[in-house]
Amino acid sequence: MVQFTLPKNSKIRTGKTWPKPEGATNLRKFQIYRWNPDDGENPRVDTYWVDMDSCGPMVLDAIIKIKNEIDPTLTFRRSCREGICGSCAMNIDGINTLACIYGMDEIKGDVKIYPLPHMPVVKDLIPDLTHFYAQHEAVMPWLETKTNTPAKEWRQSVEDREKLDGLYECVMCACCSTACPSYWWNGDKYLGPAALLHAYRWIIDSRDEATGERLDDLEDPFKLYRCHTIMNCAKTCPKGLNPAKAIANIKKMMVERAV
Amino acid sequence: MNILTARKRAQGLGSAKSGTEHHWSMIVTSVGLIVLIPAFVFTFGQALGGTHEEVIAYYQRPFPAIVAILTFLVGFIHFRGGVQTMIEDYVHGLLEKVLIVAMICLSYAAAATGVFAVAKIAL
Repeated sequence: MVQFTLPKNSKIRTGKTWPKPEGATNLRKFQIYRWNPDDGENPRVDTYWVDMDSCGPMVLDAIIKIKNEIDPTLTFRRSCREGICGSCAMNIDGINTLACIYGMDEIKGDVKIYPLPHMPVVKDLIPDLTHFYAQHEAVMPWLETKTNTPAKEWRQSVEDREKLDGLYECVMCACCSTACPSYWWNGDKYLGPAALLHAYRWIIDSRDEATGERLDDLEDPFKLYRCHTIMNCAKTCPKGLNPAKAIANIKKMMVERAV
Repeated sequence: MNILTARKRAQGLGSAKSGTEHHWSMIVTSVGLIVLIPAFVFTFGQALGGTHEEVIAYYQRPFPAIVAILTFLVGFIHFRGGVQTMIEDYVHGLLEKVLIVAMICLSYAAAATGVFAVAKIAL
């Protein structure tokens, strides 16, 4: 049965308020989720003050500044700082997005930062994405062919290549899947928007010869049909992609081959 | 505690090779209800406020009676599919199966009751 309240040991408490930096005049308040698996304590929300006059414009700039100058124990993933690696996905101001490309000027009031929703937390802002990655692997995100490999290359027309636009750009940040209520309630069986977008990327690839098998694998009340077109995935995608449309296209193909 | 690989957990029991039929049935019944619900509201509205004899006479005519019967049948088939999905979404385990069986029985019983009532008036 779906749980609508957090277990007792997951209830979030008010945490520490860190001192304001001395001499700063342009301060911004950050409220950041903290949880350490080693101390046995409940999660808490710590408050930090950042001097915006000496900070970059993106949320990632601010949390790197917090880690460097205020609290070195603050833990988060980051790498490319330009929206390509998908590492710094987190819930900022109520929206799942990439901290590196989310400007602080887009946020009114305090900056509230939590890990991606409804995932097990490893520490602070780091969710455990093991199952998410395994689901991606399960849709076989690679070219499957039966014809002998051509001497030079698998050819593809310009028109067929264009069908992959809006699909190949996914950076697997997990913002969409963790914004999806169907994935929250049934993430163990429902593949989620990200994996299904990748599945469609290979189903629609003109060079791939496993289209039928791919559709067979997805034809399931939970793996595919748990998508109820809620559209949170499209709304939250930091890359502007539309996983819901990809899922709808898979459903259309399912109907096309059955009816 | 089960020690399973992440890939095994993700794959679960594999594909059920079903779901498209349910999806298509929901689309077909939705389209049917787009036509039937306004027709039912219109015909029911015509009878509303009439005396008992007038309503009986009205539902003895083929069009209002057939519209009402089709609305009950298609409506409860759609209801059955929708509520089943909702139960699958939020309830798991044995209770899920019990609720689905109860909901299917309720849907068919309600549809049969509606059809019987209209048939009794019309025939």
